[in-house]
Amino acid sequence: MNKIKTLEEAMSHIEDGMSIMIGGFMACGTPEKFMDALVEKGVKDLTIIANDGGFPDRGLGKLIVNKQVKRLVASHVGLNPEVGNQMNTGELDCELVPQGTLAEQIRAGGNGLGGILTPTGVGTVVEDGKEKIELDGKMYLLEKAIKADIALIGGSIVDKKGNVYYNKSTKNFNPLMATAADLVIVGAEKIVEVGEINANDVMTPALFVDYIVEV
Amino acid sequence: MNVKEIIAKRVAKELHDGDVVNLGIGLPTMVANYIPADMDVTFQSENGFVGLGPAPEADNVDMDLVNAGGQPVTAIPGAAFFDSAVSFSIIRGGHVDVTVLGALQVDEKGNLANWMIPGKMVPGMGGAMDLVVGAKKVIISMTHTAKGKAKILKECNLPLTAAGQINMIITEMAVMEQTDKGLVLTEINPEYTVEEVQAATEATLIISDDLKKMDIA
Repeated sequence: MNKIKTLEEAMSHIEDGMSIMIGGFMACGTPEKFMDALVEKGVKDLTIIANDGGFPDRGLGKLIVNKQVKRLVASHVGLNPEVGNQMNTGELDCELVPQGTLAEQIRAGGNGLGGILTPTGVGTVVEDGKEKIELDGKMYLLEKAIKADIALIGGSIVDKKGNVYYNKSTKNFNPLMATAADLVIVGAEKIVEVGEINANDVMTPALFVDYIVEV
Repeated sequence: MNVKEIIAKRVAKELHDGDVVNLGIGLPTMVANYIPADMDVTFQSENGFVGLGPAPEADNVDMDLVNAGGQPVTAIPGAAFFDSAVSFSIIRGGHVDVTVLGALQVDEKGNLANWMIPGKMVPGMGGAMDLVVGAKKVIISMTHTAKGKAKILKECNLPLTAAGQINMIITEMAVMEQTDKGLVLTEINPEYTVEEVQAATEATLIISDDLKKMDIA
């Protein structure tokens, strides 16, 4: 099975209104060429799930500047002023989620769990509209699992089977998101033959990966 | 020393050999400058590693290695990288000994507000809510007032980051510890009187019987 696709082939699966998880942390580990390709493709009304809002000129921030995002679920948007601007005009619906909660919601989504119980956010606006559960005298919020139509992952080294190695701090949300979407597309900085990544060093096993694009 | 240096130096004294520490962006980052060379403190970066080192030389920048603010950093020997779920296992799971954060407001019930000003600034909470809930010790490091306005209040009026999680507040004027009875003034900058510190503080301070002087040299 050949998972290696051209950028155009891979992006052809992304349509208006889809939910997309985008790996990376302040653009570190984000497959930048996918962002450029989506800007060029012009798909709109997207729901983006990511750690942050990127920068206006780097990472998924480009999609927001180009007004392709209808809804953003993220933990931090302070380094892309366009998020705040579009929230104020009502063009963008932005749900801010504590970073550890977001990581666990995505992990749960990929793990067949319905959600997680976390003490984070208790006593703050984060608890609004959510079920609170007391266990052994401690209060928790029930945070539901998150899944998406597409996950766009940034891999440092990917073998032709789809095993992924992430360099240094590029790992962040990437391995979690790779488990939690219907279609997982990895942007590979380097593609190598099967066996060239030692099995001990595989961070996302190939079974989670649908397509590989050299970027 | 300037105000920030006084605060950062005092915060550093709260750290111990072997501690795992998360420093917030801005003033808290300066705490790393005051740790004795023979003390082993491991810095955690919530984007996914422990063993955070100083900023790299300009000709040695690796954009695969950034801190939680997206700025290039280095990793010391013995560092470890991991994904965001493990990062917050460390944070929420109680494996961080000390977290040092800035604040917009704090209050005498140990509440913290530092993530948004409705209608003005909504940067998001990032990892702050998890850090203050999960870390064993939460230290707020900040200037005592904002343009003369009190930040240490009877009750925060900005949206909270967490309720009742603060252990200690360190400013250029004083060191305060959160207790069941309220906020206890334990150390004071010798350039100020207790009355002056109280006047700059909306919360009612309980004066420690053993009030010490802050080292500002």
